[in-house]
Amino acid sequence: MKNFNKVFTVIVLLFLYIPMIVLAVGSFNSGMDIAVFKSFTFDNYKELFRDSVLLPLLLNSVIVALLSSIFATILGTCAALGIHSMGPRLRRFTMGVTNIPLTNPEIVTGVSLALLFAFVGTMMKINNILGFATLLIAHITFNLPYVILSVMPKLKQMDPNLREAALDLGCTPWQAFYKVVIHEITPGIVSGALMAFTMSLDDFVISYFVYGPRFVTLPVEIYNYTKKPLQPKIYALFTLLFAAILIVMVLMNLLQERDAKRSRENRRAFRRGKKVGA
Amino acid sequence: MKNKALAAPYLVWMALFTIVPLAIVAYYAFTDAATGEFTFANIANLGNYMPILIKSIWLALISSLICIVIGYPVAYFIANCKETTQRFLYMLVMLPMCISFLLRTLAWVALTEDTGIINNFITALGLQPLPLIRNNGAVVLGMVYNYLPYMIMPLYTVIMKIDRRLIEAAQDLGCNGVNVFKRVILPLSVPGIISGFTMVFVPAVSTFYISQKLGSSGTTLIGDVIESQFKTAYNPNLGAALSLILMVMIFICIGVMNRFGDEEEEVVTL
Amino acid sequence: MKRIVPLLLCAIMIFTMLPVQAKADDVTINVYNWGQYISDGTDGYIDVNKAFTEKTGIKVNYMTFDSNETMYTKLKTGGSTYDVIIPSDYMIARLIAEDMLEELDYSNIPNYALVDEAYKNTSYDPENKYSVPYTWGTVGVIYNKKYVSESDIGSWDLLWNEKYSGKILMFDNPRDAFAIAEFLLGIDINSEDQDELRSATYKLIEQKPLVQGYVMDQIFSKMEREEAWIAPYYAGDYLLMQQENPDLGFYFPKEGFNLFIDAACIPKGCQNKAAAEAYINFLCDPEISGENLDYLGYSTPISEAKQYMDPETAASEIAYPTEETLSNGRAFINLSEDTSRFTDSLWLQVKTQGGVDTYAIVCMCAVVVLLAAYFIIHGVRRKKRIANRCKRWKQ
Repeated sequence: MKNFNKVFTVIVLLFLYIPMIVLAVGSFNSGMDIAVFKSFTFDNYKELFRDSVLLPLLLNSVIVALLSSIFATILGTCAALGIHSMGPRLRRFTMGVTNIPLTNPEIVTGVSLALLFAFVGTMMKINNILGFATLLIAHITFNLPYVILSVMPKLKQMDPNLREAALDLGCTPWQAFYKVVIHEITPGIVSGALMAFTMSLDDFVISYFVYGPRFVTLPVEIYNYTKKPLQPKIYALFTLLFAAILIVMVLMNLLQERDAKRSRENRRAFRRGKKVGA
Repeated sequence: MKNKALAAPYLVWMALFTIVPLAIVAYYAFTDAATGEFTFANIANLGNYMPILIKSIWLALISSLICIVIGYPVAYFIANCKETTQRFLYMLVMLPMCISFLLRTLAWVALTEDTGIINNFITALGLQPLPLIRNNGAVVLGMVYNYLPYMIMPLYTVIMKIDRRLIEAAQDLGCNGVNVFKRVILPLSVPGIISGFTMVFVPAVSTFYISQKLGSSGTTLIGDVIESQFKTAYNPNLGAALSLILMVMIFICIGVMNRFGDEEEEVVTL
Repeated sequence: MKRIVPLLLCAIMIFTMLPVQAKADDVTINVYNWGQYISDGTDGYIDVNKAFTEKTGIKVNYMTFDSNETMYTKLKTGGSTYDVIIPSDYMIARLIAEDMLEELDYSNIPNYALVDEAYKNTSYDPENKYSVPYTWGTVGVIYNKKYVSESDIGSWDLLWNEKYSGKILMFDNPRDAFAIAEFLLGIDINSEDQDELRSATYKLIEQKPLVQGYVMDQIFSKMEREEAWIAPYYAGDYLLMQQENPDLGFYFPKEGFNLFIDAACIPKGCQNKAAAEAYINFLCDPEISGENLDYLGYSTPISEAKQYMDPETAASEIAYPTEETLSNGRAFINLSEDTSRFTDSLWLQVKTQGGVDTYAIVCMCAVVVLLAAYFIIHGVRRKKRIANRCKRWKQ
């Protein structure tokens, strides 16, 4: 059974990585057609760095993702703290509201925001309301629940006495907050922020309904591209992105492992020391 | 820093950008496109699109079930590895999601087209090309591929948290492997199955890109129709009505799923 | 402190809602044009937008659409403004009728004088107030000579030929798609008769099982890579495709075909009218028009531009068909609003028709019944169990 599961997992992972392999191979293809490998070349990469359209669009995507995840993290963490101190009824209501964008299909969220912005635009007589601001608002809106859902469990796990202890030891409430509470929920905040960032970087459906001509993100442009023959430099761009993310993730993994090992050793040394002392 | 008011900006934000927009969708759904007057015509016309809606739900349901069947053993395996291996494997599962899903779907198109990679290979062997793309199977493949990590993620989290002592206790009480799985592990992973199902089903039922790229002219899904009403045929009222009905259907489906969860939990506790 | 944080957050929220103001000193115009419809520097041809920026210092933010209807929807939905749009004849008439276009100041567009008389005083803009022709062209059938036998070609019915099932592409916009069915049925392409439109709908539904997909600019890669063999499309684009795949052929169907003019207009809400007019004027410059359309393969409305073209393109029978062929061409006229709406709903019917097997419906019903049965049985059993437990507890 264990062996079957192992083989199965490997097969599923291969399945998940087939398209990456196709894209990576396609990025070194000298022909336009991804299905026919003509010859090996680096030209697509050279062309990518000379390209004046794709890189600014990537920058746009990163800007929106960064700003929206920062803002959603701040707003979401505050909200989680607030929800944590609510009564059960109010809390259930708030969590219900939080669940709306999570269970709503993306297309409905996109459509509803598009209608809202069009409505506000006609009300306020701004005829070019769609742009950076609307994109940012939409991204923050769909990022918020992810932040809240990853901070809430940490708050629940936190020992309420910790804060009391800090207050007893002479902290002001504010100090107790940022020295104890924030410290305790940091892992939740970080994972929420990371999740928000990746969700927003890769978002297509919602952006597709609320982008304006002045500010376009990479996924939206790729959708517009894919109606025409796709240029191999796009494969090159994503192969590079993928490689970069892979390296960062592996490094993070290794670092974490080293940290874990060190703390294990520390603990062991500490225990040994205690024994020796005793 | 115990203060309910901290949630106020959030609630205001959600009211402005979630509740109000949905109200506007409802408003559009009940007004006439030409005159702007109140009407039930959009909703009454929805009968025409019922077959499409049923087809969308059907394909999404199949995809979610396949995701459970494929995702469960993987999540189970990962959750039973050493801690460092666990982290590494989990990362490997999540990593493909960092690449734009548009491009990953396009890569599948390149693989499965009549003149695509797989069929080029098959014809090079002297065989007849296979009809791999532009059918329901291809759409299901696209959905399973794109949303499988969403299934593995919650399943893994839940299985990992199962108390090993429960399994040992069951074994001590004379359960064999199959029974341990059936009576202990599976019931305890129901919450994971439910949230995984939701996370796969909702995007799958409303997709429009996958069906456009991997489907045929006959696999138009509800998402395609909604998209077309807002992007090519200017009729936001019909689009809003369809969005509304899609939302309601999804809430019903999730409600049914959650009842499943409640029942199971009670069975466990009783 | 407790009060400050929420207040601060509210302030940030309001701040982000303010629209970001563009810097005033560099002028940028938003141009909204068909996809693959301008020479962009590929293969050593001119990059029109870059040349314009170099000449005038005005930056061009270039966006594309894939059908007149997409463009119309974008304008109508609101939220974004464009300075120059390039729709086709019937759509211009519709935009004029709905008061969505600005009147042009022709003193800013001196090159307009060079446009051939044949493209002035057109039926869509009879008084020459709103539009300046960009190109004109025809619709025909593109086919792959390797797979399609010569005996089958000549008529629109090639698109209904079961021999090529699954290898046929079709227009993804109602006007062009309906026109093909109407030519084949011998109906006027500007018909407003509901029965005639319905019969065209049935014709399209009849064709649907043979169609690989309803697409627009995807036709390029699908035809070049031989994923599809037959497609109706614009003649100019055929000339582009043929450079990539020489096996592609083209013909004008004998039943007649659509003849169109695409013209530059300025929509209401334009942010910089003078710059937009400068851009339109630039497009009409014979040298620019010649070099641009030399790449595109569409036909120029400015005869003087032909001297800047590759003589072979300028003499092409496909880009510039003979008078005899052209006499078979029909132009679209704007349909009344009711008919437009009706056509849209018929088109949606074509797109959503079929593909639903009773199998799926039966299975769905089975699932629903099973679920209901599960809950009922479960509910009954649970009640019993609770009742039993209560009994035991009382004892």
